[in-house]
Amino acid sequence: MELIRLTNVKKTYKTGVTAIQDLNLSINKGEFVFIIGSTGCGKSTLIKMLYREEKPTSGQIIVGGVDVGKLRNRKVYKVRRKIGVVFQDFKLLPKSTVYENVAFALEIFGVPKDEIHAKVLKVLELVGLKHKVKSYPSQLSGGEQQRVAIARAIVNGPKLLICDEPTGNLDPNTSMEIMRVLEEINKLGTTIIMVTHSIDIVKELNKRVIVLDSGRVVKDYAEGTYR
Amino acid sequence: MRTFRIIGRNIRDAFKGVFRNFSLSLASISCITITLIVVAVSFVLSYNVDNFTNLVEKDVTIVAFLDNELTDEQIDEIRDQISVINDVDKYEFTSKTEITRDMMDSSEIFESVMKNWTEDENPIQNTFQIKVTDINVIDDVASEVKQIDGITLVKYGEGMVEQLISAFDIVHKICIVSVIALILVTAFLISNTIKITINSRQREISIMRLIGASNLNIRIPFIIEGLILGALGSIIPIIVTIYGYNTIYTNFNGQLLSPFIKLIEPTPFVYMISLILLGIGVLVGMFGSWRAVRKHLKI
Repeated sequence: MELIRLTNVKKTYKTGVTAIQDLNLSINKGEFVFIIGSTGCGKSTLIKMLYREEKPTSGQIIVGGVDVGKLRNRKVYKVRRKIGVVFQDFKLLPKSTVYENVAFALEIFGVPKDEIHAKVLKVLELVGLKHKVKSYPSQLSGGEQQRVAIARAIVNGPKLLICDEPTGNLDPNTSMEIMRVLEEINKLGTTIIMVTHSIDIVKELNKRVIVLDSGRVVKDYAEGTYR
Repeated sequence: MRTFRIIGRNIRDAFKGVFRNFSLSLASISCITITLIVVAVSFVLSYNVDNFTNLVEKDVTIVAFLDNELTDEQIDEIRDQISVINDVDKYEFTSKTEITRDMMDSSEIFESVMKNWTEDENPIQNTFQIKVTDINVIDDVASEVKQIDGITLVKYGEGMVEQLISAFDIVHKICIVSVIALILVTAFLISNTIKITINSRQREISIMRLIGASNLNIRIPFIIEGLILGALGSIIPIIVTIYGYNTIYTNFNGQLLSPFIKLIEPTPFVYMISLILLGIGVLVGMFGSWRAVRKHLKI
């Protein structure tokens, strides 16, 4: 079942740079998709348009049945609640503990305290950080911080998890640990789109791979076909 | 229930925000404190000047001196004529006998001189004390009274009263303008200080936006934070107002320069000013935060 559809999408920035052009893409529910390509090929623009940080100049982007390109600014939060986003630089609140960082994503929606407690501990267990609930981000390693960021991204039970180079700041071993966590989340039914530069990871996981170049899809390898 | 939880969280987060970013919060609070002290001084001055004006206006009386040859019927006639003059608020007849008695009671020197006067020798005249409804028409009323037959002289402190009142009026207006200007300046300063606080928390806001917080979700904790900063910033100005004004009032015996210029009684005056200061602090803090957070909400 289709979760994301992009039709003839084009994105030109105000500076005149065209980051994406003639892009057509379809991603089904439950898929794990890597997006790769050289720097400046439009990977980041593509995923920013998915969570509506950027708007397409033309074309249509449907995420979970919603035309995100046409979404008004003040309605964007409705789509964001269905999408989890993980970044290279983790984007954690430095003055909040691990527990508070994850709970934050539930608290702003008025989820009852007991429910927050249960959900936060469940996702922290999933990412293997249940024993670090009281630690602050500065007390954690890069891999641990990224796991907290993943926990925060999935605690709301999003249908889609977008990862923008989540292993970019991590060493190979830690990167693989993070990938195992993401695989685990994918097995539970969450669709994952991940932008990466790491060919090793892409080869190791053997998932669908979309190759971008100059804002266009130049290759779309089905699961298990990328070598 | 969900709404209550969200409100509770917002209040908790606002307090956390104030204390976790304490140095910047302190800058905002100091800024509010300093300007509110100046606002408080202007308010106290403005209200007191207003009070002086009212007291002077209430006190101003036209005294019409009557010819001593007039009969009681003629005096009644004059009374009728005064009663129909426009803008006359109250009028009262005081006979020369009453005035003589009052003067003799007030001073032994007067008594020693006046007690020997016979009715014919007494030069004091019967009078009407007339109060006007509006101090600005006192000239017109006085000249109308002067026209009445049997009135020999009219006195009301010509010129001086108007000058005093117009001087008070100018001070009053200056105070009002400075209060308004100060409030605007405070709002702007606080908005900028809070803007620095919020800029330093851009990361927090961007995370909130990413995880799907609506503009209202983001804005409310900051507005509550502004409210807390405003309330904290008004504490010292309130203490200064209460203790400062009470001290001034006690030291000056409740009057300034002359017994005519009475200061407003401290209670409930200082509490009213305190409430106004708290209100201004809170509103200005909330407005400052609202304005500062606005630019971070554009997606």
